[in-house]
Amino acid sequence: MRTIDVTRMAVANTFRSKLRTTLTVLALFVGAFTLTITTALGAGVSNYIETQVNAFAADDVLLVQAQTDLTLEAESEGPAEWDPETSTSSNSQAGGAPLAGAQAEPLTDDDLDVIRGIDGIDGIDPVRAVSTDWVSHGSSGRFEFSVNPQSAVTVADLEAGEQLDQGASRFEIVLPNDYLDALGFDTATDAVGAEVEIGMTDITGETHELVAEVVGVSRSSLFASGAGANNALVTELASLRTAGIDGADENSTVAIAYLESGLTATEIDQVTADLGDAGFSAQTIEDQLGIVTTVIAGITGVLNAFAIVALIAAAFGIVNTLLMSVQERTREIGLMKAMGMSSGRIFALFSLEAVTIGVIGSLIGVGAAVLVGSGLGSALAAGPLADLEGLSLFLFEPLSLLGVVVLISAIAFASGALPASRAARQRPIESLRYE
Amino acid sequence: MPTDDPRSTSTASRTPAPPAVLEAISLSKHYGSGPSRFDALSDVSVRIAAGECVAIVGKSGSGKSTLMHLLALLDEPSQGEVRIHGTDARSLSGRALNRLRNREFGFVFQQFFLNAQQSVLDNVTLPLTIAGQRRRARRDRALDVLGSLGLADKAAAKAVTLSGGQKQRTVIARALAGSPSVIFADEPTGNLDSATGAIVEDMLFALHRDQGITLVIVTHDDDLAARCDRQIVLRDGRIVSDSASPALEEVAR
Repeated sequence: MRTIDVTRMAVANTFRSKLRTTLTVLALFVGAFTLTITTALGAGVSNYIETQVNAFAADDVLLVQAQTDLTLEAESEGPAEWDPETSTSSNSQAGGAPLAGAQAEPLTDDDLDVIRGIDGIDGIDPVRAVSTDWVSHGSSGRFEFSVNPQSAVTVADLEAGEQLDQGASRFEIVLPNDYLDALGFDTATDAVGAEVEIGMTDITGETHELVAEVVGVSRSSLFASGAGANNALVTELASLRTAGIDGADENSTVAIAYLESGLTATEIDQVTADLGDAGFSAQTIEDQLGIVTTVIAGITGVLNAFAIVALIAAAFGIVNTLLMSVQERTREIGLMKAMGMSSGRIFALFSLEAVTIGVIGSLIGVGAAVLVGSGLGSALAAGPLADLEGLSLFLFEPLSLLGVVVLISAIAFASGALPASRAARQRPIESLRYE
Repeated sequence: MPTDDPRSTSTASRTPAPPAVLEAISLSKHYGSGPSRFDALSDVSVRIAAGECVAIVGKSGSGKSTLMHLLALLDEPSQGEVRIHGTDARSLSGRALNRLRNREFGFVFQQFFLNAQQSVLDNVTLPLTIAGQRRRARRDRALDVLGSLGLADKAAAKAVTLSGGQKQRTVIARALAGSPSVIFADEPTGNLDSATGAIVEDMLFALHRDQGITLVIVTHDDDLAARCDRQIVLRDGRIVSDSASPALEEVAR
C-alpha cells in the first residue's frame, strides 16, 4: 500500500466519528493553546529584558557593596538588638540605586582602598547620592525630576540624540521621553540640544539651580529609572548636595568598580571571589538582571508544566479514542489483513490517525493562541503596560510555534502507538469470525 | 470481462493433469490443550485443481470454515502443510504471504464486511489500494468490474444505502477487482433471500465458467453445493466424503 493512500485513509478515518474526534481535538487544543501562550509570554518578557540588559551596561563594570551579615538576623526572631559595635544606621540609601540590595553597610574610604587594591580592578567610584527636585524648560513650569546615579555605567535605550559623554565638562542629561510633552517639546528630536533648568535642595535646605543640555531622549526602561546625567553633572549635583560639609557623602552603599579591560569570564569570577574574601559582594549588571530572568523563566516553567499536564490528559484521550476506534473496526482490520495489508501498514494507519488528531488539535490551538495573544498583547500595550515601551508581551517565534505542533504531534503519535500495535497484532481470522 | 491473465487459459487445458492451485496435506488444527483441547480439523488432505468449483459442506462446527481459513492462509495449521501452486506456505515470508493473498485470492463473506460509510467504489478499490496501485488505475479497474456486475450506477453511493443483494454484488466486485485466481466464498448467500441468492450464485458460477476462476464455496446449503463440480463433506473435523474420490465416500458409508 502506498504511503499517500495510508495517509489519505488515516485522515478520512479521523473524521469518521466526528464527535469523538472533536472531543479529543478539544483536549489537545487546550494543551496547545496554553503551551503556545505561556511560551510566547516567556519569550516576550525574556526578550524585552534581554534588550534592556543589552541596552544597559558595559561589561567591564562590577557593582560592589559590603556583604550583609545575615547570620545576625537569622538568630533572633524579632528585631535585632542594637549594638554599638556592629549596628550602623545604614537605612539611608544612595539616591535611587534601583539595582542595589536593600540594606547594605555604607562603604568607607578604607573599603574603597581595599577594593582598589584587588587585582583586576582598575578604579572604583562610589555611587554618589544625588537628589534633584524639579526640571523645567523655558516657561513650561517645574516638574518633579530625579537623576539615576548609576547612569554613568548604563547605556540608555535612546529614542533620539546621543549617549552621554562621560568625559565632557559641560552638564549633559538624557531625558526620559515621558517629559517631552510636559516640557513643551513636540518630538524627541526637538528636545535634543535644548537646555533645561534643574532645581535641587542641599542638605542644609538651600536651593540651587543648574542648566544642562539634553543630549538624548530615552525610552522608558524597566531598570534605568530617572534621567541620565554625565559625570560632570553627577559630581556637581553631589557636591552641591553635601553643601561643603565633610562626611555627609560617606553613606554611599554601592560603588562601581571598573575592571581592567580584556578580562576573561574566569578572571572576572576570580575578581568577584577576591572581593568576596575581602568582605564585599560584587555582581556584574548581567548577574543582577539574571535574577529577574531566572524568576521569569521559573514562572514560565510553572505555566508550561500546567500545559504539559493538560497534554498528558489529552494523550489519554487519544489512547481512549483510538482504542475504541480499533475495537469498532476489528472487522475492517481483519478484512484488510486478509486482503494482504501488512501489520506495519495497519500500525501506520492507526498511528497516522493519532498524528492527524494531534496536528489538527495543535494547529487550532496554536492558531487561537496567536490570535488571542496578539489581541491581548496589543490591548495591554495600549493600556496598562503602555509605560513599558518596546515590550511585546507575547512573542510568537515561528520556530517555537512549530516546536509546539511537533511536540504535540509526537505526543499524539506516542499515544497512538498502543492502540495501533493492538490493531497491527490482530489476526485476520479472529477479526472475521462472526458465529 | 477481458483479461490478459495467463491463468484464465488453464480451463482449456484441464483434462490431462490439472495443476493444483491449492493442496492441503494432512492438515490438523486444534485449539487449547489438555482436557480442554478441541480438534477443529484432523488429518485433512485436499487437492484443488486450477479452475475447479468446490463446495465444502458440513454442519456448523464441522470444521468447514477452519478448512477454508487454512486454505486461504488466514490461519496456520497445527500440523500439516498447505501448498499454493506447489509452494509450501510455511516457506513464505510474511510479506510474500500478504502479497500472495492480495494477488491470488478474493474473499466473499456472508456478513459482507463492507465499510458502511464509504462509497461502493472505495470499498471495491480496497484490495487494489492495498496492492499499491495508483488511484487512476484502481478507479478504472473498479468501475470496470462494477459495470460487469451491473452496479456501475451505484459506484458513488454509500455502501450503507445498498440492498442486501447489491451489497453482496459489491463484495463480489471487491473480490474480483484484483483479478484473483481463487475466490473463497463463506456462505455467500446465507444472508440473502432465495431470489437474490440465486442471482449472486449465478454471478459466482459465471465467473468460474467464463474466467476460469477457481471457486471454493463453504456452505451448508445443499442446493448451492449441488451446483458445484465437487462436494467435500466434513463432519467433526474429518472429511467424510469427497465427490472427486468416490472410494472415500464408500468408506464413510
